[in-house]
Amino acid sequence: MKEHKTILLAHGSGGSYSRRLVEEVFAKAFSNPLLAPLNDQAVFSLPSKRLAFTTDSYVVNPIFFPGGDIGKLSVCGTINDLAVGGAEPVYLSASFIIEEGMGMDELIRIVLSMSKTAKDAGVSIVTGDTKVVERGKGDKVFINTAGIGVLNGDQELTPANIRPGDAVVVSGTMGDHGIAILTHREGIQMEAPVESDCAALHTLTRAMLAAAPSGIKAMRDPTRGGLATVLNEFAASAGCSISIREDDIPVREAVKGACEILGFDPLYLANEGKLVAVVEAGSVDAVMKAMRSHPLGKDAAVIGVAEAGHKGKVLLETSIGNRRILDMLSGEQLPRIC
Amino acid sequence: MKYIDEFRRRAEAQGLLRKIREISKKEVSIMEICGTHTHSISKYGIREGLPSNIRLISGPGCPVCVTSAADVNRIIDFSRSRRDVIIATFGDMMKVPGSASSLQEEKANGADIRVVYSPLGALDIARKNTGREVVLFAVGFETTVPTVAATILAAQKDGLKNLSVLSLHKLTPPAMKALMDSGEIKIDGFICPGHVTAVIGAGAYSFLATDYGAPCVVAGFEPVDAIMGIYMLVRQLEEGRKDIEIEYDRVVTWEGNRKAQEVINTVFEPSDSLWRGIGNIPGSGLRIRDEFSGFDATARFSIPPGVDAEPKGCRCGEVLKGLITPEACPLFAKACNPEFPIGPCMVSSEGTCAAFYKYRKVA
Repeated sequence: MKEHKTILLAHGSGGSYSRRLVEEVFAKAFSNPLLAPLNDQAVFSLPSKRLAFTTDSYVVNPIFFPGGDIGKLSVCGTINDLAVGGAEPVYLSASFIIEEGMGMDELIRIVLSMSKTAKDAGVSIVTGDTKVVERGKGDKVFINTAGIGVLNGDQELTPANIRPGDAVVVSGTMGDHGIAILTHREGIQMEAPVESDCAALHTLTRAMLAAAPSGIKAMRDPTRGGLATVLNEFAASAGCSISIREDDIPVREAVKGACEILGFDPLYLANEGKLVAVVEAGSVDAVMKAMRSHPLGKDAAVIGVAEAGHKGKVLLETSIGNRRILDMLSGEQLPRIC
Repeated sequence: MKYIDEFRRRAEAQGLLRKIREISKKEVSIMEICGTHTHSISKYGIREGLPSNIRLISGPGCPVCVTSAADVNRIIDFSRSRRDVIIATFGDMMKVPGSASSLQEEKANGADIRVVYSPLGALDIARKNTGREVVLFAVGFETTVPTVAATILAAQKDGLKNLSVLSLHKLTPPAMKALMDSGEIKIDGFICPGHVTAVIGAGAYSFLATDYGAPCVVAGFEPVDAIMGIYMLVRQLEEGRKDIEIEYDRVVTWEGNRKAQEVINTVFEPSDSLWRGIGNIPGSGLRIRDEFSGFDATARFSIPPGVDAEPKGCRCGEVLKGLITPEACPLFAKACNPEFPIGPCMVSSEGTCAAFYKYRKVA
């Protein structure tokens, strides 16, 4: 069917242009029985009464980057926000704010990427919305996704449960997404370009929870603000301190190198396919085994421990063996990283 | 990472710290001039390993911090009065508070201010916007100056007519002399900046040893470099020697980088310069030579001096001179923090207050 080469204001009018865009682009790509009637809402029932609900907006610049694109990011990010709460993601919504003049081919690439990511993850995009703003009033495309997940059992994952002696683990290398975006955006050529780690983590969290159903105290995906920020949030809620060892934190050589050049610290860089978990001492082996046998957790590492004293603080043993406070992200500006 | 990991090794670092503790007997005050040293010392928790009789004082080695309040206000005023001009600046300058606003606020209000990572970024902007004037607000020490000079030479070669530079550059040795002359502070020896010295050469500090009896060690920025530098300086002080030594000998020579010096001297000549906290220091700045006046923003535009007023209560001036540590400022980590900085030392990634805030010691 004939389609316009660029997005026009008329595509957001609600009239025939909008209808065709929805039918030919969105509904075709996301195709599922709940979306198919194109009603104002999706109607469904769920197998559990305990649900998780989350939303996130994606404004990353550039919209295509090594290892992903804004579409893949918008699906994975919302899945991950559900997964780290221990939920199984089921349904997503997707809303698009598109800038007039965006190439139709670019939009289609993004929508197909969302569709593939959702299918691979076993979730359905069941409702959505499209708006178009005048040229110069947006930047190509902004996407909002919301997600619903189902919780099995009544376990609650919250940093308030963290106690001295619990171990802190990460699922893999830190800072890949941040460096992938920054080097791509600034046109910095690297010998071995870093790809974004953008990935859906729910099968990893599923494996971890299966390995230690009551041994995991809290999980979070360290996106903006990075590992340091998540650990500070954990320590603040837990009312104890968290002590980590710089040498034990996995960071790719290329990310270390880019950080040296650009003046960034990998502990503050965004990740989009990693998680941080606090695990009860007795369950560490089981959880680590489950993580390392999963492709997204093969570089998992125990990086530290919760301790009594220094309440609310994160302490870092530096690579040369001395200690200092690891603070929350402050000051640095990395706009539009996700 | 090759050539970096070797200088972050625990065994070497702890071994050197142990040696320092063994040989150090005297009460000594050591100034690390460079903001990058200040950050490295804080980031790796080096103070924790030093004995209490060694006092490390942070010096005026952060280019954004030593830019005078008058110059900060001057560039903010310019960005407000000339919305038609594209302003290129380094990221840290964006948030430095002036009397009424900051470049960051002016950008939000419509000034076309662009952050560049290197002066060549400004050249690129000028090439792509030939119909508009582009002004680079150039702050920096001897490390940055050669690239600014090279940018001006490249612009001249290309026949670019729309790029000019506001030179707020500062030179390191005159500031060290001014600190020693002021008599306000006792400094027993200096850890000298590695990369500045790579350009100017370690010989530039000879006067400190001969005229002021202050030994110097030029050190690199990795933790083992910094600790080795402190060890070498403490050893000199314990032995009563007053030498200029180079720890960072994989980069630094006695003569420096002749080519870089040549490029600087082709484009710039020394001038007086106003430093925050210290005041006017003769011969501590660089002005663009008359032959290159076409690239001198002060020749192309009227850029009147700004108000020379420090933010109320801010003690950055004293921090920059090493008279107080950031913790002694009542605003530190309270009213003044990286999100709401009051003075420049909290803004810049090389600022002493930012280093003390970001990498706090374990109490």
